[in-house]
Amino acid sequence: MRRKGYMRRNRTLFFMILPAIVYFIIFAYLPMTGAVLAFKNYNYLDGIFRSPWNGLKNFQFLFAGGKIYRVAWNTFAYNIVFIAVNQTLQVMTAIFLTEIGSKLFKKVSQSTILLPYFISWVIVGGFIYNIFNYEYGALNNFLRMLGREPVDMYSNVGAWKYVLVIVNAWKWVGYGSVIYLAAITGIDKQIYEAADIEGAGMFRKIFSITLPLITPQIVTLILLDVGRIFKGDFQMFYQVTGNNPLLYETTDVIDTFVVRSLLQLQDVGMSSAAGLMQSVINFSILVSVNAIVKHVQSDYALF
Amino acid sequence: MHQKPSKDRILFSVIAYGFLAIFTVCCALPFLFVISGAFSSEQSILEHGYSLIPHAFSTAAFQTLLAAPGDILNAYGITILITVAGTALGIIITSMAAYVLQRKCFPHRNVISFFFYFTTIFEGGIVPKYILMIRYLGMKNNLLALILPLLINVFYIIIMRSTISSTIPDSLIESAEIDGAGEFRIFWTIIMPLSKPILATIGLFMALEYWNDWFNAMLYVDKKALIPLQYYLYKMLSQITMLRQLVSRVPQLTSVTPPEESFKMAMTLVTIGPILILYPFVQKYFVSGIMVGAVKG
Repeated sequence: MRRKGYMRRNRTLFFMILPAIVYFIIFAYLPMTGAVLAFKNYNYLDGIFRSPWNGLKNFQFLFAGGKIYRVAWNTFAYNIVFIAVNQTLQVMTAIFLTEIGSKLFKKVSQSTILLPYFISWVIVGGFIYNIFNYEYGALNNFLRMLGREPVDMYSNVGAWKYVLVIVNAWKWVGYGSVIYLAAITGIDKQIYEAADIEGAGMFRKIFSITLPLITPQIVTLILLDVGRIFKGDFQMFYQVTGNNPLLYETTDVIDTFVVRSLLQLQDVGMSSAAGLMQSVINFSILVSVNAIVKHVQSDYALF
Repeated sequence: MHQKPSKDRILFSVIAYGFLAIFTVCCALPFLFVISGAFSSEQSILEHGYSLIPHAFSTAAFQTLLAAPGDILNAYGITILITVAGTALGIIITSMAAYVLQRKCFPHRNVISFFFYFTTIFEGGIVPKYILMIRYLGMKNNLLALILPLLINVFYIIIMRSTISSTIPDSLIESAEIDGAGEFRIFWTIIMPLSKPILATIGLFMALEYWNDWFNAMLYVDKKALIPLQYYLYKMLSQITMLRQLVSRVPQLTSVTPPEESFKMAMTLVTIGPILILYPFVQKYFVSGIMVGAVKG
């Protein structure tokens, strides 16, 4: 009797989790098997699985095109700079927000710097255009006011590296600082009181107490980012640059390259080859970084 | 503690207040430019460019916008529809899965957890997903194409699962079990009401994702009637940009009236308006959500 009740219970539980299982099979595992497209000469009629194999031709074509080197390097370099800049600013913001005296200032400041997280990249793209467009942009307005020559940002390829780093920080530092705020709030106040009695100054307390105690969070967040080091934020790169071909040299990343090859060139073979390579490299990096961390300091590992 | 502030405390305050003030202003400025631009007369923008305070106050842009509101209202309707439907469906599937995964009597729960988690560390990529959606699921110009890709997020399941197991004692579930309540009944009448705070938090994150989505629309939708708000705005902004570049390159076209800058600003304001209005009320849920995610994710 008990056995039967147990079975029925588990059957109900199974039906309750079934929608999620089906969802991941369709939207995550089927696309994984669909990655065989990278080795196929896809045509719409035959579909993913009946299209003929063509070995490594897609990869040869991808490398022969030469662009993949540039976009892979761009993706990697941007992510390295994003991690360094954002983590630094997030930790600074969190420490400053915790330590400043004025509650009102803290509240206003925290609310405002979190605001960019809430708006879509389309809106951000609009902002960027408002700042940099040649005729009416805020930047050129300002320069004209100072009596200087206006600049044409859309023909200045190199400047966009800095724009993207700044925009990325602008969008995410508010969000990231909340995570560190939580970590800092969790630190035992008695440690600071003991340090006060010992006569430790403000900076000493930050460098000797706060930073060491939030290191696990810093390491975990950096690890998460390192696991995505060859993944570019498509929406950001696409919208901030307005998908402007003149700027591809410095702003094209793997993800924008893949989507463009897919939608504009309709090159399923090459874009899926690039996509598969990206997935495999990201996966290998994440797993090996995690393994190393597990070996050195198992508490910091992700899984 | 009654000593006067030390030198390094003062130095720290200068740096902290300075840094936060600059950062805060940078985050607020673009929004202020949009609000000001939307309420400026077209002529004043053309003469003076964007500014913080309108040179000449005008609601002309909104009047233009309201003169033929059909497309915008339709885009608004689509966005509200996918946001409400997607969030409601997503919340139910997510919380059911989370409830099951924290039930210790459920066999293979670790296997299923890994089955879910693995999708976050390895993915098939956009190309197979796109072809699956178009070729096999018939999602081109289908409203579901705007809902399904964002429906379930593994991290929300993980957060929900640990929130349920840390806030609801096992004994409560066990006693309901002894009283003869079935699993779905326990979930629906005990777990859901007791999980309201986390449901609200996760629901808001989901709703925000749907509200801000334009990428799925770009991939799967080109029928005008199905275009959501963000993608509508994107198309409008990029068409105006293209037109402007064309006008500036071809001298013969300079007689063409320039597209309205203030209109763009008004349209942007209409798109972010609901977020700006709701922001003060929902901010705390997002902050607590980010914190919960950081601890448990």
